[in-house]
Amino acid sequence: MPRTITIDPVTRIEGHSKITIHVDDHGVVTDARFHTTQFRGFEKLCEGRPFYEMPSLMARTCGICPVSHLIASSKACDQILAVKIPPAAEKLRRIINLAQIIQSHALSFFHLSSPDFLLGLDFDPARRNLFGVLEANPQAARDGIAMRKFGQRIIEMLGGKRIHPAWVVPGGVNEPLTEERRTAILAMIPEAYEIAERTLAWFEPMVEHHREEILTFANFPTMFLALVNDRGQLDFYDGGLRFVDAAGNIVADHVPPAEYAEHIAEAVEPWTFMKFPYHQAFGYPQGIYRVGPLARLNVISAMGTPRADDAWRRMMQDERGPVLSSFHYHWARLIEILAGVERIERLLRDPEILSRHVRAHAEPNRHEGIGISEAPRGTLIHHYWVDDEGLVTRANLIIATGHNNLAMNRGILQAAKHYLDGRKITEGALNRVEAVIRAFDPCLSCSTHAAGQMALDVSLVGPGGEIIDRVQRD
Amino acid sequence: MAAPVKVVTLCIDGRDVSGREGETVLEVARQSGIEIPTLCHMDGLEPVGACRLCLVEVTGQARLQPACVTQVSEGMQVATVTDRLRTYRRMILEMLFSERNHVCSVCVSNGHCELQDLAQSEGLTHIGLRYRYPTLSVDASHERYVIDHNRCVLCTRCVRVCDEIEGAHTWDVMARGIDSQVITDLAEPWGHSDSCTSCGKCVHVCPTGAIVEKGKSVAEMAKRAKFLPYLSMMREEW
Repeated sequence: MPRTITIDPVTRIEGHSKITIHVDDHGVVTDARFHTTQFRGFEKLCEGRPFYEMPSLMARTCGICPVSHLIASSKACDQILAVKIPPAAEKLRRIINLAQIIQSHALSFFHLSSPDFLLGLDFDPARRNLFGVLEANPQAARDGIAMRKFGQRIIEMLGGKRIHPAWVVPGGVNEPLTEERRTAILAMIPEAYEIAERTLAWFEPMVEHHREEILTFANFPTMFLALVNDRGQLDFYDGGLRFVDAAGNIVADHVPPAEYAEHIAEAVEPWTFMKFPYHQAFGYPQGIYRVGPLARLNVISAMGTPRADDAWRRMMQDERGPVLSSFHYHWARLIEILAGVERIERLLRDPEILSRHVRAHAEPNRHEGIGISEAPRGTLIHHYWVDDEGLVTRANLIIATGHNNLAMNRGILQAAKHYLDGRKITEGALNRVEAVIRAFDPCLSCSTHAAGQMALDVSLVGPGGEIIDRVQRD
Repeated sequence: MAAPVKVVTLCIDGRDVSGREGETVLEVARQSGIEIPTLCHMDGLEPVGACRLCLVEVTGQARLQPACVTQVSEGMQVATVTDRLRTYRRMILEMLFSERNHVCSVCVSNGHCELQDLAQSEGLTHIGLRYRYPTLSVDASHERYVIDHNRCVLCTRCVRVCDEIEGAHTWDVMARGIDSQVITDLAEPWGHSDSCTSCGKCVHVCPTGAIVEKGKSVAEMAKRAKFLPYLSMMREEW
């Protein structure tokens, strides 16, 4: 008799979800689905609100990455104001964005995923957590806490508080950096380098022991998407969108943020609150792509900072061409932590960073604004429309975790087929299915920001994957 | 020669205090360093006794009296902190919060709001009443200011300052009870108002983030209402 195996809830991720695995009469896995079971409604509740509330309002989408939303939202608001923000403001925003990426990556790698590597995927689940790591490898546990603190402290020093700072505002930031704080942040940099490099040093050789997971953790050809700067280097804050295919060929490059909708469309499925973005030219679901640390490292031509470039080259040599296994999100996260520390240091050493001119003032001058930045989990898109008075009439958000939805679903199917024989369910097998999701570090609170029926671009998808109808509301 | 001032003595919270005849319990209490919470009251504006937060107990009177409009009298016994008053004050605050959509975290006045301060000083962490979640508008038609009815507590400070100090009387109140709303001119968009002088006094007397300046982001709108008594004083002298 066909059966369904349910993993509910999925643990050590941000948000609430469950996985269902469908098996046929012969115990063969036929399908696997990642269900996001929470509903938010941010795109609806912001309607009618003044645009200047949007950064703080939209940041409430997430308590883990409020800064990422602040950045994308403020960039969208900069466009509504039609201003180019002062250079120091851009640099300060870059620092707080990097601090956010570092703290979130540290949380994902050390607190959520390191128990899987350090204790093993077959380890007793009751002790497979940060406390288990603390016993087995106290240095790693301490490093994780210290690395996260490094990011959080910078956010606090710049923004005034660690969670939901209101410092990033339309037009720039609301307070310049003081010499005293710059010195205090710079003093934390050496330890951050040490931790980042020490962690890479134990992680890299360990990759060898996870060949089976590497082969089966969402390891399949997809496109990858990330922002790159003019020179094709990693850029977390600005730049153009670049899509590369599974062979590393550039599909689209330097796409201006304003043209994102010409490439990305969103589909919906009845069994989850999370939408399924896909590349329009390839259709649904063939237009599958991934975002986030792994995608960024696959997409770029170089990291742009020396230590991270070395680490990046080592990772890229592990496989020729783009790294296709989602297991390597973890590795990519560690390299991005290193890159983040280097970039923060470089930005802080720029004399312009202390400039008092950090905000551009203007009234709403445009009816539309699009802000795109790289959040820890990938490309984040905030798109707002306002009326003549600056009140929001409509909003569209495409969140990093959402981009990965197709890949996460396909990834758990791959892992379920490999590790489950349909007759005997082992703890290790189930945890591997869960660990696939964890590799993506999904943030479900963010990705279900939208009201399903209020979607701005709805595709009706037939059983064969063909799009039967598509409605776009303008 | 001015008429002699008659001094009355009374007792507030067990303390003997004195005030001039014609002064209110609130004025005398504050002169004596006794704090009574208020919201609609503002030094420099005519009191209206609308918010009822300053209710006090007066011995010999069954009904609670609003301190802002109750005049002191000889031998009066007043209590400003009792369990009964605390319960009522908390209830009033809960009603204010439930009546409209006060979302502090995304408000431009976050951290500079009298309603928020009152909630904090009364230890209000949650409310027992159901939120009404009314659908209310935001009028951003004025060149420099915005009125967000979601955050209005109907204290009518804007109405009074505009009428009494500025003399424009742009602001007024329409409808009744829970449907009341402050309006500009004859309920026209503020930006279309012929009477508004754009002086900004209403912005700075508004206790919450209901009337704010444009261009302020979340938590940036600090009000400057201290100017008011000086302004009235100077006007009287001239």
